[in-house]
Amino acid sequence: MKWDWNAVSDFMPMFWHGLLVTLEALALGAVLAFVLGLVWAMMQRSEHAAVRWPVMAVTEFVRNTPLLVQLFFLFYVLPEWGLTLSALTTGVIGLGLHYSTYTAEVYRAGIDGVPVGQWEAATALSLPRARTWFAVILPQAIRRVVPALGNYVVAMLKDTPMIFVIGVLEMLGEARQYSAQTFHTVEPITIVGIAFIVISYPASLLLRVLERRLVR
Amino acid sequence: MSADSSPSKETVNPAVDGSELIRFDKVTKRFGGNTVLDSLDFTVSSGKHVTLIGPSGSGKTTILRLLMTLIKPDEGTIKVGGEYLTHEDRGGSLVPAGEKHVREVRKHIGMVFQQFNLFPNMKVMRNITEAPMHVLGLSRDEAEERARELLDLVDLTEHADKYPTQLSGGQQQRVAIARALAMRPQVLLLDEVTSALDPELVAGVLDVLRDIAHSTDITMLCVTHEMNFARDISDDVLMFDAGRVIESGSPEKIFSEPDHERTRQFLSAVL
Repeated sequence: MKWDWNAVSDFMPMFWHGLLVTLEALALGAVLAFVLGLVWAMMQRSEHAAVRWPVMAVTEFVRNTPLLVQLFFLFYVLPEWGLTLSALTTGVIGLGLHYSTYTAEVYRAGIDGVPVGQWEAATALSLPRARTWFAVILPQAIRRVVPALGNYVVAMLKDTPMIFVIGVLEMLGEARQYSAQTFHTVEPITIVGIAFIVISYPASLLLRVLERRLVR
Repeated sequence: MSADSSPSKETVNPAVDGSELIRFDKVTKRFGGNTVLDSLDFTVSSGKHVTLIGPSGSGKTTILRLLMTLIKPDEGTIKVGGEYLTHEDRGGSLVPAGEKHVREVRKHIGMVFQQFNLFPNMKVMRNITEAPMHVLGLSRDEAEERARELLDLVDLTEHADKYPTQLSGGQQQRVAIARALAMRPQVLLLDEVTSALDPELVAGVLDVLRDIAHSTDITMLCVTHEMNFARDISDDVLMFDAGRVIESGSPEKIFSEPDHERTRQFLSAVL
């Protein structure tokens, strides 16, 4: 095995492009996971079983099937039904949907952690339901679970290479493409590996700081 | 005020208009196999200050929680200001009330909790203005003006911009009182409001409540173990035992010459 610095500099433009795509998929996927997860968590608290049960079924199903299978399904099966999305869009939806079922559990724990007295005070003041959720309950619930949500962003980062299988040229995709063209494998894959550590380790440290400050 | 299960009634000053404001009609509430309220009847007249006393588990707090719609009765009906609280009269038959109806009737009722239950994510000012703005539709200016008057009443004017956790328990409870009053309720429910406080902070809270009791015509229902306070502010005292009112009357009567042996036992234990 030989390390070729020329291959490194040769690969860098593709790497930067891949990094950008990875971060884009991560950012959009995380936003989707945060929003959808919150929707699931709130629907699971509905008074109506007709709302609770379908949400429960869908989230259990998505959480208990592999992300890889979901990505293939979204990319290859949905077009059969007339819904064709770009690879990146499909990747973002796949990541966001999959992780929303985890963030939903995180939100649920946060919501359960808000003392029942807070709900009772909101009732005693006749606050409208939406106001109770968004002004009283969620600000308290989310504060506690920010670190846990952050952990899922780091986990999601490490799952972004999966969207390579549906043709998104994120970091790993670019590395594979480069090695297919040049037969240099060690350098691009190593760079990608280092990039993941460089992003995720500081993120974990940041989360630990957040945890100390927010969860009291 | 009168309790149908008791011979004594209407011993109190008829200062306020005295029309019936709250009516419990054969209200039963069970928790699991435990019957907390047993076919309870009682009424409270407008403007009266009524204290509920009795051993723990006798159903006092349950009455307040039923009135606040935090729990639902298993049987019987509750009326507030002539309107059913948890039921609606639809074409002559009584059906469980919809959310909108409950909300409308409940607006006339305010509650102060044992554990304060202030919103920790909001400053004191917003704790008080939140409901007037979003329930009564007051503008921010109107709501804040109202809040400042109330903060003055509870002697916390300079704490408007603090978070609840920056205040002592007694101060938090006074904010909670201001928050409840900001809705201008006809009925104020006080659920053991001093039980969670350090002893030296109790007096400040009770002073505020005495002020309110003597200077407004708000109807009060009060569950307390502070018998001196009860004697001070009450028009009527209801003695509860095992989910029933066993005796009611003026504080002078109940505290000095109760009819019922059970009342005597209870009072000698707590006084």
